[in-house]
Amino acid sequence: MLSKKNKEALFNPLSKDNPVLVQILGICSTLAVTASMEPAIVMGISVIAVMALSNVIISFIRKSIPTTIRIIVQLVVVAALVIIVQQFLIAFDYDVSKQLSVFIGLIITNCILMGRLEAFALNNRPWPSFLDGIGNGLGYTIILVIVAAVRELFGSGTLMGFQVIPQWCYDHGYENNGLMILPPMALITVACIIWVHRARNPELMEN
Amino acid sequence: MEELNLFVKSIFIDNMIFSYFLGMCSFLAVSKNVKTAFGLGLAVTFMLVVTMPINFLLDKYVLQPGALAWLSPALASVDLSFLGLIMFIAVIASATQLVEMAVEKFSPALYASLGIFLPLIAVNCAILGGALFMQQKDFPGALTATVYGAGSGIGWLLAIVGLAAIREKLAYSNVPRPLRGIGITFIITGLMGIAFMSFMGIKL
Repeated sequence: MLSKKNKEALFNPLSKDNPVLVQILGICSTLAVTASMEPAIVMGISVIAVMALSNVIISFIRKSIPTTIRIIVQLVVVAALVIIVQQFLIAFDYDVSKQLSVFIGLIITNCILMGRLEAFALNNRPWPSFLDGIGNGLGYTIILVIVAAVRELFGSGTLMGFQVIPQWCYDHGYENNGLMILPPMALITVACIIWVHRARNPELMEN
Repeated sequence: MEELNLFVKSIFIDNMIFSYFLGMCSFLAVSKNVKTAFGLGLAVTFMLVVTMPINFLLDKYVLQPGALAWLSPALASVDLSFLGLIMFIAVIASATQLVEMAVEKFSPALYASLGIFLPLIAVNCAILGGALFMQQKDFPGALTATVYGAGSGIGWLLAIVGLAAIREKLAYSNVPRPLRGIGITFIITGLMGIAFMSFMGIKL
């Protein structure tokens, strides 16, 4: 069940081969939904679900897909799964689905999905593909949650909507940094995470 | 006048890159030199202009709740809006294919310079994102939608050419090693985003 290769498929994407930090995939949504934690977590879970399922489906039918039309087949499978997730969110968590607005739909063009389908699911059996999907989804979610936590903590002084920075700090002149909630700070936060990550993994540095 | 306002707004204020982060993957990957960046920017603008009116008409006459009423009154209660995503992506993928063939036939020179980028555009989120924002903004007519497409495309083009120009100069500076490459690119994009925010609130 969890041979060495499968373990690698599951755990490598968490740090050494992280889809956001190392493969630079799926940046759009990483940046756009991270102004606070709740939408970031919902987005992460949606991506994990779509990724694992689409990897399994494509892996099952990988031998019968003609290579010339594989992109369209992949897009259709992913689009169908994303529609299910979207309808599910509208039904059960309407507020968050409003906050995420078009970004749930944009999971379709999330490059992590296409990248993993092309690079992994087309050449591997369903079970390893499933693990690869979960692993990459988790790697993506971790970054999403870290960025969202930093931005929400410094931007609004809350985490998951609960006040974290105590009132006496504000009484002594502490102010929330409104800049953190604005879109450009997401980029700079990710850049700092990349900085720390590469400083600890020197083999990833570029020249 | 309304259109001109929308045009300027979609270039500078609602810039696809700096305020929505759409099309980031290719934005970061293809911004190493100005020439290719310009080619990709043109291709994206072109695709936005082509697909936006098609998706608009599709949304208005097929997908919206009750949109099929023009076929027969019996269909007035049909709501196909949940099919939106799959229809938009199908239009974009097939338009990409069509445009690729047309460009190859009629302008081999342009094809040679855009070549590799054209097929990649099918999965560029700026295009699908444009279609989804178009649906959300509820434009009055196909012309407005096209203007919005053109504006967003030009905004994207400006952003990628600007970043590419900065990155070309960056080759001469001494950046801390772990930040080299993608890290510093993120920071530059962030700073450019802050600069673009100064356009906020401008109205024509």
